[in-house]
Amino acid sequence: MSEIRQIYAGDLIASPHAHGGGSVGLTMRRVMFALTPATLFGLWLYGWPAINLFLITIASCLLFELLSQRLMGQRPTLGDGSALLTGWLLALTMPPWAPWWTGVVGGFIAIVVGKQVFGGLGQNLFNPAMVARVALLVSFPVVMTQWVAPQPLTAAASPSFVEGMRITLTSPAVPDAIASASLLGHAKTEMSRGIDLVHAFAAPTAPATSSVGMRTGSLGEGAALLLLAGGLYLLFAGVIGWQTPLAVLAGIALPAAIAHSVDPAHYLGVADHLLSGAAILGAFYIATDYVTSPNTAIGQLLFGLGVGLFTWIIRTWGGYPEGMAFAVLLMNALTPVIDRYVKPRILGRRRDGRELEPVQS
Amino acid sequence: MGFMERFIGKVGSHWGVHPSDHKRPAADAPVRKMPMPARLYVPLLQHIGAAARPIVLVGQKVAKGQAIAEPQGMVSATIHAPTSGTVSAIGEIVAPHPSGLPMLAITIDADGEDRWIAPDAPGALPSCADPFALDPMEIGKRVAKAGVVGMGGAAFPSAVKLTGSLRAKISTLIVNGGECEPYLSCDDRLMRDRAADIVDGIRIALHATGAKEALVGIEDNKPEAIAAMQKAAAGIPAVTVRPVPARYPMGSEKQLILVLTGREVPAMGRPSDIGILVHNVGTLVAIRAAIRFGQPLISRLVTLNGGAMRAPGNLEVPIGALADAVIAFANGLKEEPARLLMGGPMMGMQLPDARVPIVKGTSGILALTAAEAAERQPEPCIRCGSCVKACPVGLLPLEMSRRIASADYDGAVDFGLKDCVACGCCAYICPARIPLVQYFNHAKGELSARERTKLRAEATKKLVVARAERIEREAREKAEAAARRKAERDAAKKAAAEAAAANPQPTTEEAES
Repeated sequence: MSEIRQIYAGDLIASPHAHGGGSVGLTMRRVMFALTPATLFGLWLYGWPAINLFLITIASCLLFELLSQRLMGQRPTLGDGSALLTGWLLALTMPPWAPWWTGVVGGFIAIVVGKQVFGGLGQNLFNPAMVARVALLVSFPVVMTQWVAPQPLTAAASPSFVEGMRITLTSPAVPDAIASASLLGHAKTEMSRGIDLVHAFAAPTAPATSSVGMRTGSLGEGAALLLLAGGLYLLFAGVIGWQTPLAVLAGIALPAAIAHSVDPAHYLGVADHLLSGAAILGAFYIATDYVTSPNTAIGQLLFGLGVGLFTWIIRTWGGYPEGMAFAVLLMNALTPVIDRYVKPRILGRRRDGRELEPVQS
Repeated sequence: MGFMERFIGKVGSHWGVHPSDHKRPAADAPVRKMPMPARLYVPLLQHIGAAARPIVLVGQKVAKGQAIAEPQGMVSATIHAPTSGTVSAIGEIVAPHPSGLPMLAITIDADGEDRWIAPDAPGALPSCADPFALDPMEIGKRVAKAGVVGMGGAAFPSAVKLTGSLRAKISTLIVNGGECEPYLSCDDRLMRDRAADIVDGIRIALHATGAKEALVGIEDNKPEAIAAMQKAAAGIPAVTVRPVPARYPMGSEKQLILVLTGREVPAMGRPSDIGILVHNVGTLVAIRAAIRFGQPLISRLVTLNGGAMRAPGNLEVPIGALADAVIAFANGLKEEPARLLMGGPMMGMQLPDARVPIVKGTSGILALTAAEAAERQPEPCIRCGSCVKACPVGLLPLEMSRRIASADYDGAVDFGLKDCVACGCCAYICPARIPLVQYFNHAKGELSARERTKLRAEATKKLVVARAERIEREAREKAEAAARRKAERDAAKKAAAEAAAANPQPTTEEAES
């Protein structure tokens, strides 16, 4: 058995000597798999300009990740898929026909400002995609609220590949015929003009509110039901817990239900809230971001409720029609506080950390 | 694992992990008995506590079952000769420990006769036809004499637990047949083959401790063992066999108690704090052998398993046989193992060398292939919280490791480092493959080193203070003595002067001048 001796002259490793087989890359790939149906639907719905923007945003994120790691002298870790996923999520929250440079600037903010300056994967305080989305919205409010009505790739009105390139690269003024408002945006504009919701949605300029996806909005907005299906897959695959998504949706739905039943002319209903904006995307894919959310079950419930509630408050009374990104960032900032005060109970101890008393039966 | 179970797991409490158990085909192969090797290396420390003290001399002839080392201190265990032969050395060998540090052992050259100690010889253990007529304290004493220790891996001296139970007023005996470590099947095999002996051992332990009932917890991935034990326990109302879900670490004392009784042991306490005593099935068979037949613990069942092992299975092995001899008897290795382990893959230790002896707590020798060991470079923590969900104790392994990485050991203690049982669930499930247990072991080592340094510094400080005090005292005493002498001199001078004044006579000096 002398050969064993030789082998064991090398490294000795602490237990366990087995592994469950999971990896960071696998987790990221599962999230991407869950996003795929909704993304394909969104790309079909908005045609070539959306496809261009989607690819540019992801490519920028990968490029800035590579560049940052090069500059810091680190081993590149593009293979873990985290930068790709950040770009993907960011693209889903952008206006589908936004010009090329929004994707590049967004990618820079997300990866460099939102993630790498904090120390890279796992170190960032705020969700990188949401940091980029909010920074773009605040810096370029016109571009970032330029919505178009759905132009499915298969429809005659859909821009061709060449036209799509022209739209992405030169961002010409969107013709009035296809310019549209998102549901939340329309509600906010009309309300600010003193028109109540009942009349606002009766008007011919009101955006389509089909629940099956033909909605005006960001790239991922129309496919709320497909996003929900992907989210349920993540739940059952064990990638995410039920606490965060349920709490986010409850945080939006409960105040919406109460306010809408009291005053339907001034408050949107539950279905409008949950299917519009980034409610489903936020609940299942953004608020569940491991790095920037609490890691105990109770902490996640608190976090999710906060995200939902802030979203509803910003949508209802804030200056912006959509509030998910702001709400997520606000709660990201509170995550260290939640993690500090909400800890699991240790076996054989009380919640306050004191030992249980010995009991004789 | 089904989708529904996963979902239910998410809603309810969800400690532990579900590793694939790799128990078969090793568990289904019949037990083979290893022939006596020519030379045995019997370590003096095979248990928790103090090492035993040798009571034989080099060159002395010993009989099988003869005590060769006796316990030292409150927690220790007797060591016996596993076969008859001659003591050829008492010295250092490589310890069955990752450090590969030397440890003391008695080397016995077998004479091939395998001759038991004569029943009337001094030091021979008495046999007993009716253990239930014995005084419970006497059972504890005989178990101590037989050198029985916990066979589940921790190797705590069993007699200490038995006699302690009488004082602690134990109501329930929990019999641990969980065997939650993957690959291991020696307890499974024991329950299938010797269920009646285990139940007899349970009844003896109930008598010895005064416990009223015994609950036998067996993971439900061992249906044959459950059936055998249920059959053996039928008609004995005090003994109940209870299948428990297969989930690692179900065989950990506190987890098994929680699942079987719904009760929690205080964090820093012992099961006896809540009226419970836990014994492994193997230990109960050893207790029975000691009481009924006067046989000390000199052999045990060892699982040989792992992808690199040619013939996985369970072997009855004498204590002190070298691991490489055991592997060789079991047809050797198929390929070079990526890791050679003693114990299970979750908590077992990597062996520095295969020339280490089997000890009382050795449940298995595993030769894992590279694919099984699944070694890979760690990635950054993404705070996914898998470790938080898996931790059976309710700790936050990710927060602890983050603090340990920056040498903030007190911070890690605040997150419950001292409650960590090193079960390995967190590192097993971690998608980033962070060696969390390594972090915790390191921190525990640093903390105990710091504790030792602190004690030493305190002792040094005491010495320094004492020295300073002594020097000061001596100086003071010297000064006082000098002052006293001076006062005496002055007084004498004064007295002389007074006397001179009273009686004016020329002084010597004046006379000389």
